[in-house]
Amino acid sequence: MGIVLDNLSKIENLPGGGIALATSDSLINWARTSSVWPLTFGLACCAIEMMAAYASRFDFERMGVFPRPTPRQADVMFVAGTVAKKMADPIIRIYKQMPEPKFVIAMGGCANCGGPFYDSYSVVKGVDKIIPVDVYLPGCPPRPEALMYAVIKLQEKMKKMTVKGGHGATPLQAAGSRKLV
Amino acid sequence: MTQETPAALKTDQMFINFGPQHPSTHGVLRIALTVEGEVVIKGDPDVGFLHRGMEKLFEARTYPQALVLTDRLDYTSAMHNNLAYCLAVERLAGIQVPPRAQYIRVLVAELNRIASHLVFFGTFGVDMGAFTPFLYAFREREMILDLFEMLCGGRLLYSYLRIGGVSADLPAGWTEKCREFVNFFKPMLGDYDTLLSGNPIFQSRTKGVGFISAEKAVAWGLSGPALRGSGVNYDVRKADPYCVYDKLNFTVPLGTNGDCFDRYYCRMREMGQSAEIVLQCLDALSGAEPTPGEVIAKGVPKMFKPAAAQAYSHVEASRGDLGFFAVSDGGLNPYRMHVRGPSFINVAILQEILVGCKIADVVAILGSLDIVLGEVDR
Repeated sequence: MGIVLDNLSKIENLPGGGIALATSDSLINWARTSSVWPLTFGLACCAIEMMAAYASRFDFERMGVFPRPTPRQADVMFVAGTVAKKMADPIIRIYKQMPEPKFVIAMGGCANCGGPFYDSYSVVKGVDKIIPVDVYLPGCPPRPEALMYAVIKLQEKMKKMTVKGGHGATPLQAAGSRKLV
Repeated sequence: MTQETPAALKTDQMFINFGPQHPSTHGVLRIALTVEGEVVIKGDPDVGFLHRGMEKLFEARTYPQALVLTDRLDYTSAMHNNLAYCLAVERLAGIQVPPRAQYIRVLVAELNRIASHLVFFGTFGVDMGAFTPFLYAFREREMILDLFEMLCGGRLLYSYLRIGGVSADLPAGWTEKCREFVNFFKPMLGDYDTLLSGNPIFQSRTKGVGFISAEKAVAWGLSGPALRGSGVNYDVRKADPYCVYDKLNFTVPLGTNGDCFDRYYCRMREMGQSAEIVLQCLDALSGAEPTPGEVIAKGVPKMFKPAAAQAYSHVEASRGDLGFFAVSDGGLNPYRMHVRGPSFINVAILQEILVGCKIADVVAILGSLDIVLGEVDR
């Protein structure tokens, strides 16, 4: 319980212990930020670094990041690798299968802007051309520590979310601009 | 025992998309499966979800620039890609590599083979439902990556090998650290056997599954552990030695049955052989004869124009026979660069061996071929 109380920003202990009051926003955001479940979705080289982040040395699970194989249980999608044009349709489809609120981390140069394949005929130059991106993570490939930093940045973004103004982390999302055509 | 009536058990055919988003495809491969009950009656691998137009991009880069692209082909064994590409360009331009650089090349290639097979070992265990080996494999892999990071700063994609040699000599203290790792790693192979190879569940999932006969393996052009698991003794390091492999003492592990377990176990034993090669290279490098500091051929310019010619060079990469075919028209850029990726050729046999197997075995067969989609789709 100590961890919960320390991490909730707006909390009030009533005299006598037993009861604590908190706003629903801080409670929900605390829960959300402590269990960011990503989709196990590797595209290319960055996926190996993503695997390394889940493995022994880095142990992503201590941050509550626990990979889910199905998009229906995932909160965040790490787009780890080059997005080829043939893969664009499946990515949009997988993104649509994820439940709201959903987030995207574009991992690596390829997912940001095409990276070393900036002049290729068959590569989508940045995954933000097809789905909205929350955090851009540069590197070719980014180190596992960098991926952890991206998740921390995403958690900061999640902490700003409010229940009242819609479920989005930003005003744009709250207005429903995330809906894909 | 009751007699099963085929007519009563007949079920409708069902079509299943295995991938492109599936945790066991190790990337973005799609297999279009037609199943009848539990049995696969047709399986077509559908590639191209990671097609990056790599061979075309080579034509738009100068020779040293294109080296960076080769890392991204088979990204779990980048050193082998660097090596095959450098050998092809050196043959094209007639560049002689200093002996010390040749030893370093073999050394890093074999370390990379261990790292790559460790990824296979970890993920194959996960595919078969055993998660713990993954943590062990990646613990050891991180140690190799630390060594590579000392060499060139990269963890995954190195570009450490350059046309004419390697980018830098081994830093101070590296050989000791490498020896320490190999001495730590060699007994770990026994641990892996107790962890996974000897596990009865693992054995029943892999033994007798995905059988490939020696004739079929040769006919489909398989190479690497997928070929040697069927008992065919072909290894580029022995058949067409490059660098200093003819001076080194090692054996090529072979399988007998050609099933998933044999392919798996070939790789496990290969790691032990690679560790031996690493030690031999370290011994050779610690002597005075390949001169320290001399690690790159003198007079290789940043931009160069090889005379119009063509050259082919191949190496034994972690997944098989990796070849680069370079064609020059006398310009700054390659006129054509073809990559013979072992994964691309190995994945083709799926359409034959998947037929008749159970749907749960698809994961075992695919995992035992150990393909990397970056190399399949290029």
